[in-house]
Order: sequence, then C-alpha cells, then structure tokens
Amino acid sequence: MSARKPYVRPMDGWWRRNPFFLRYMVRESSAVLLAIYAVILLTGVFRLSQGEAAYAAWFAALTCPFSILFHWVALLTVCYHAYTWWKVMPKTMPMLVIGGRRISEVALSGIGWAATLAMSVAVYALARWA
Amino acid sequence: MKRSNEPVFWSLFGAGGVLSALLGPILIFITGIIAPVGLWLPQEAIGYPRMLAIAQSWCGKVTIFVVISLFLWHAVHRIYHSLHDLGIRAGAGAAAVCYGFALVATLATAGLLLIIGF
Amino acid sequence: MSDGTRTIEIETLRYRPEQDTEPHYQTFSVPFADDWSVLQGLQYIKDDLDSSLSFRWSCRMAICGSCGFMINGQPRLGCQTFLRNYYPNKVRVGPLEHFPIERDLVVGIEDFIGKLEGIKPYIVPKESRTLAQGEYLQTPAQRDQYEQFSSCINCLLCYAACPQYGLNPEFTGPAVLALLHRYNADSRDQGWEARKEVVNAEEGVWGCMLVGYCSEVCPKGVDPAHAINQNKVNSTLDYFGVKKFLLPKGAAE
Repeated sequence: MSARKPYVRPMDGWWRRNPFFLRYMVRESSAVLLAIYAVILLTGVFRLSQGEAAYAAWFAALTCPFSILFHWVALLTVCYHAYTWWKVMPKTMPMLVIGGRRISEVALSGIGWAATLAMSVAVYALARWA
Repeated sequence: MKRSNEPVFWSLFGAGGVLSALLGPILIFITGIIAPVGLWLPQEAIGYPRMLAIAQSWCGKVTIFVVISLFLWHAVHRIYHSLHDLGIRAGAGAAAVCYGFALVATLATAGLLLIIGF
Repeated sequence: MSDGTRTIEIETLRYRPEQDTEPHYQTFSVPFADDWSVLQGLQYIKDDLDSSLSFRWSCRMAICGSCGFMINGQPRLGCQTFLRNYYPNKVRVGPLEHFPIERDLVVGIEDFIGKLEGIKPYIVPKESRTLAQGEYLQTPAQRDQYEQFSSCINCLLCYAACPQYGLNPEFTGPAVLALLHRYNADSRDQGWEARKEVVNAEEGVWGCMLVGYCSEVCPKGVDPAHAINQNKVNSTLDYFGVKKFLLPKGAAE
C-alpha cells in the first residue's frame, strides 16, 4: 500500500506570478489591438467602395478623440510587438557561422529593428511626398 | 503521435508577424494619429481621391490586401492560443471562430478591392 | 555567535502525504556564512532544525541537476543560488512548478523520464558501420552545431519555467526537445527521419508558444527555446514537402 499522494498545484493566475510572464501576456495581447486596427482598415476599404461621402464619414470618425486615443495605445502596443518579434526571431533560425564566427542573436535582432525603422521612414516619405 | 496541422497557421502567423513588425507602427501612426489631424502630413495624404487611386492600382490592391489579411491571420493565431493561456478551453469551435474570422475578412477585402475596380 | 554570523529566514514548503491534505509553508531561522548557497541553508535545516525536511541534492556544483527549486518564485538550482543575495529578506523555497509534489521539495518526474526515453536519445547512424571502418570523424564546426544542446543536466528548471507544460502536461517540453535537436544536429546521426514523428506532433514543437523563459532559467546555456523554434521551421518545411531545405544541413542528409 503506497503512502504516495502526489499534490498537483493549480495553474490559475500563473501569468500574474512572474514579471517575465506578465511581459509575455502583454506581447500576446498586442494581437487584439492589431486585429481591431486591421478591421478599421477593412472598414475604410468598405467605405472607399461606397463612394466619397461614405469614405468622408469614416475619415471623420478617425478624427474623434476616442479614435486618436485608441490609435496611440495601439501604436505603443504594436511597437512592443515589433520590438519583441525581432528579439525572438533569431530563435527560429539555425546557428549562423560566417567566417568562422557565430552571428549573435542581438545582431540578427538589430537587423530586424533597423528594417522596421527603415520601412517606417520609407512609408512616411511615400505618404508625404509621393 | 498524430502530425499537427499547425504549420499552415504558423506560416500565416509568421508572415503577418513580420509584416506587422515592419509596417504596423508607421501605418497606425499615419492613418490613426497624424493624418487625421493634419500633423506632419496633410489630411489629403489619406483622403478619398488618393486612397481611391491607390486602391484602383494593382500595386495598391496587393498592398492593401496583404496588409489587412496577414495582420488578421497573425492576430487570430495569437488570440486563439492566448485563450489557452488564460485557462479557457479553446477547442475546434474557438479555432473555427478565430480562423474563420480571418478567412471572412480576407475574402471581404479581396471582394471589395475588386468592386472598387480599376 | 560573536563572529558576525548573520541569520536569514528560509520559508520552505512542507507537504507530508501521510498527514497533510495540502501543502503549507514553514519558516526556519538559519545562521549562514557569506558563501552559503540556498542548498546549504536547507542542509542546515535538515541537520540541525528539522530532519524530516525532504529535498534532492547531490554534487553541490551545478552539474548533477538534482537540486532544482522555486526560489522566490524563480526556478533555480539551490547550489547555485546564494543566501547573501536575499538577506535581509526572507527566502521562499518551493518545489519545482508544474510537477506533482511528492513530499516537501521533492517532485514526481516520471513524466519527464518517459518523454526522455521516447525521443531516441542516442546516435541513430545514417548507415550501419563496422568496427573496421574506424571512428567517426567530425570537424569542430560540425561539433559546434550541437554542442550547447548536449550540455543539458536534466535539472528540469526549464519545465518549471514553461507555462505551456504547466497548462498541458502532454507537451514534450524544453529539455527533451533540446536533446532531440542535439541528436538531429549531430553529423553522425541520420537526422530528421528518426525523430520527426515527435517533432511534428501537437505535443512536439507545436506545443511551444515561445514564452522563452526556459532559455532564461537554464543554468547551462542550452537555450531550449532555440532548439524548439528552429524545428518549427523544419517541421513546416517537412509539412509542405520541401525537406531538402531542412537545417542544419548535416542533419538533413
């Protein structure tokens, strides 16, 4: 007759118990705001298809304070997504060795962060001057 | 062990993740913050004539389609898996709602862009 | 003692299955020298204060993998964590998360052992080889491809760190998948074919959400998150039938 009585601990609230997990949940939650933004864009395309007056109404909604606030929060969240995306991207790549030296993960992430910066500048330039 | 079908959704998640990491911040900044108020960019930058011209071009259509579609495929994959993290039992039903939403939005975007014409 | 010995409070989880329905914490006052590890603190409790306290330990030098605990909520080796870094605050010691508690700080690890055995943790040769053919030759570059993944000491800190394992014990888990990759990446091994069933399963690499805490807590720098997520790419290539792009190349032959 075994005296064993293994105790299984519940997982409730696991992500609140460690700052690392909290940051993970923030990273994952960026998807919600990104989805809402994509739907805003989709709504814009829909209004575009309905003509100038409909599109003007969509644009007017973008100018209201609630929309501006939402987009600020979405911007911060998606920036955190971009930062963490490039940070973990090297984990999906095999070990890279060039000229006998291993390429560090930070270097690879740096390429990603630089790419985001470059694309941001390019898109702004297109929007402003093209 | 049964082979998982995750690769399909993970590929879409990855593509959307790269695209939203590259373009997400600047697009949100332009369309949601500076253009609506005309700061550092005229409001016309995303005004009707210009956006219609973009949506009527092949290049513009592809860009708009890819951005909306991949952003959503990325987002729903994360949202679906987060349900599990939050202790919600997310089975085939939840998967159908999440991925189904992305599919419907993808089809709707394509349809609308065709309606907008050339 | 007038030699300047300090005293720290160690709060440890207690669970005696024969008499307790639930675990609870018990606090001990432990005089300690500056170089004492948490493990030494536990040993003092067992030697001098309460001999019934149960915990695993062996080498005292971070190579056997026995003394994994939750120390102030973080998975750490007891022998590699020092009381001086927590003083004057209390140190809370608990059994590794995501495993069933057997007694006090001892957890049941049968699940892990079973999974370890299930991934063919040995060289599966590309072709059969006679003794007359001599030893395998391997370049330093080929060795670099798998060396860090061979450093695992089976301490299970990564399993305690992994919330996906905690939420779903079917998940193969970080250390076992890292060891799987260690063999796949070894040029002497046939690579992908022998172990792909485990990799491609929902319980294989697809159970990982890249939380990344496993690599953060690993005392040996194995980086299981890297081993697993590289293989998500390989698994995807395999799924779509483009296996010739599997990496590392040495494993794909």
